[in-house]
Amino acid sequence: MVQKTHIDLAIIGAGPAGLAAAVEAKRLGLRDLMVLDRDEKPGGILRQCIHAGFGLEKFQEELTGPEYAHRYLKLAQAEGVDFALDTTVLEMDKDRVLTVVSAHGGLRQYECGSIILAMGCRERPRGAIGIPGTRPAGIFTAGHAQRLINIEGYMPGRTVVVLGSGDIGLIMARRLTLEGAEVKAVAEILPYPSGLVRNVVQCLHDFHIPLLLGHTVAEVHGDKRVEGVTLVRVDDRWNPVPGTEQRIECDTLLLSVGLIPENELSKSAGVAMDERTGGARVNDFFETTLPGVFSCGNVLHVNDVVDNVSSEGETAAHGAYLRLKGRMPDGTSMVPIQADETIGQIVPHCVSAQNDATLHIRVKRPLKKVTLRVGEGFEKKLPFARPSEMIWVTVPREVFRGTSGPVMVRCEGK
Amino acid sequence: MKEAKKLICITCPKGCEAAVWAEEGEVKLKGKICKKGKSYLEQEFREPKRTLTTTVLTRDSRLKRFPVRTSGSIPKKDLFRAMEFLASVEVSPPVKASDVIIRDLLHTGIDVIACDDLLE
Repeated sequence: MVQKTHIDLAIIGAGPAGLAAAVEAKRLGLRDLMVLDRDEKPGGILRQCIHAGFGLEKFQEELTGPEYAHRYLKLAQAEGVDFALDTTVLEMDKDRVLTVVSAHGGLRQYECGSIILAMGCRERPRGAIGIPGTRPAGIFTAGHAQRLINIEGYMPGRTVVVLGSGDIGLIMARRLTLEGAEVKAVAEILPYPSGLVRNVVQCLHDFHIPLLLGHTVAEVHGDKRVEGVTLVRVDDRWNPVPGTEQRIECDTLLLSVGLIPENELSKSAGVAMDERTGGARVNDFFETTLPGVFSCGNVLHVNDVVDNVSSEGETAAHGAYLRLKGRMPDGTSMVPIQADETIGQIVPHCVSAQNDATLHIRVKRPLKKVTLRVGEGFEKKLPFARPSEMIWVTVPREVFRGTSGPVMVRCEGK
Repeated sequence: MKEAKKLICITCPKGCEAAVWAEEGEVKLKGKICKKGKSYLEQEFREPKRTLTTTVLTRDSRLKRFPVRTSGSIPKKDLFRAMEFLASVEVSPPVKASDVIIRDLLHTGIDVIACDDLLE
């Protein structure tokens, strides 16, 4: 017989979303809560993100990933948050029963009043983008290389090509260079960089690393180990342009080609998903379609800034508090949010109209002189909008009141 | 305008470009740049500085590398020398976040500090 314990609130994941949710839930007065994480130490991905740039909003200073995690861990310890570490959640069912396993505690179950999903995201692997060529050693996702270098103390290679100009790819190009590797190029299939301007400047320009926009890997060479890659220019439909191939000798290829929310648990429990974000469909308290189950941070949608991830954790904690106290607004009174083709992603998917609602929006392509419209009554002007920078906009509750159908969100610009 | 450098401002996500050059000991710049951006670009032109974040060796933990950073920014040109110096540094517990690991790194007046606790 598997041991079954009741807890009011279980938080899955002790990264920035889970830690912030735990601290906020304690402050709201929820006493019986547990944070579960499969790693031996809280902090999640922050532990390997040793670069600076975290905490400008939450702590008004620029911290490294480990420092940001450390600050939140101290807050959690001060609030008396309980952790179950080295513990993997195997299953979540629709009645909020978690089946977990650990070496020290064996197999056991938690019957939860509420659950906050804060499992973060995973990297898109090579198989998902179909790079042709051989299958030698020396191909790493950027985040895996980051863990090897920053935590485990291994160098993945000496001469490197990075595919993808997302922030992790750019940061790893700098990190590898500082550690003595030669980064020969960063190739990006899009005509513009995917990462922040700041990272393009401080990670590539600082070290004279070429950024090849509109390029991808046409072939990987090498039998046992990567010996080189062929890069090729692509047209605006991402088809290779013949005659533009160039072979670059390298022993390592790093992939920074996108992140995917890790939602296996959510899906198996029957949480409704949004194909565009890869995360759960939620209301403005981040409650999923399963009452009592909440989602926040990168498992909900991939964020650019950790401070926002923490804020989402706090919102989910508020939601869980309302649900546990029986004060969550009724689902049938929610107003659906819809987006037109100018919007790449939007969260939440419906709002209660009881509070002002913060919408988290990614535009589909870069725009200048932007007018963001929500329903008929709200607009916000922005000098520019880029897919790489999520827009947070707070919309007054009145905009959602008195509407019969969905509220439309759209972005106009040049 | 002689030997203008094309620099990109990174004080906000907008990423404005400016041409920056020296004229009679003064830093001049051309481009639509805000006040905050101007002071960043002047510093960047005179002497670019960076905060170095890296790791040092530890043998007393389940992890092999321990995260550290410079307490302030150091000249960009010193980054590789700093990396070389830190390659031979090893830390042992107990260390607390913000503890000084190396005082006055390469005579820059800047310390290297711990980014986490390292407990026994």
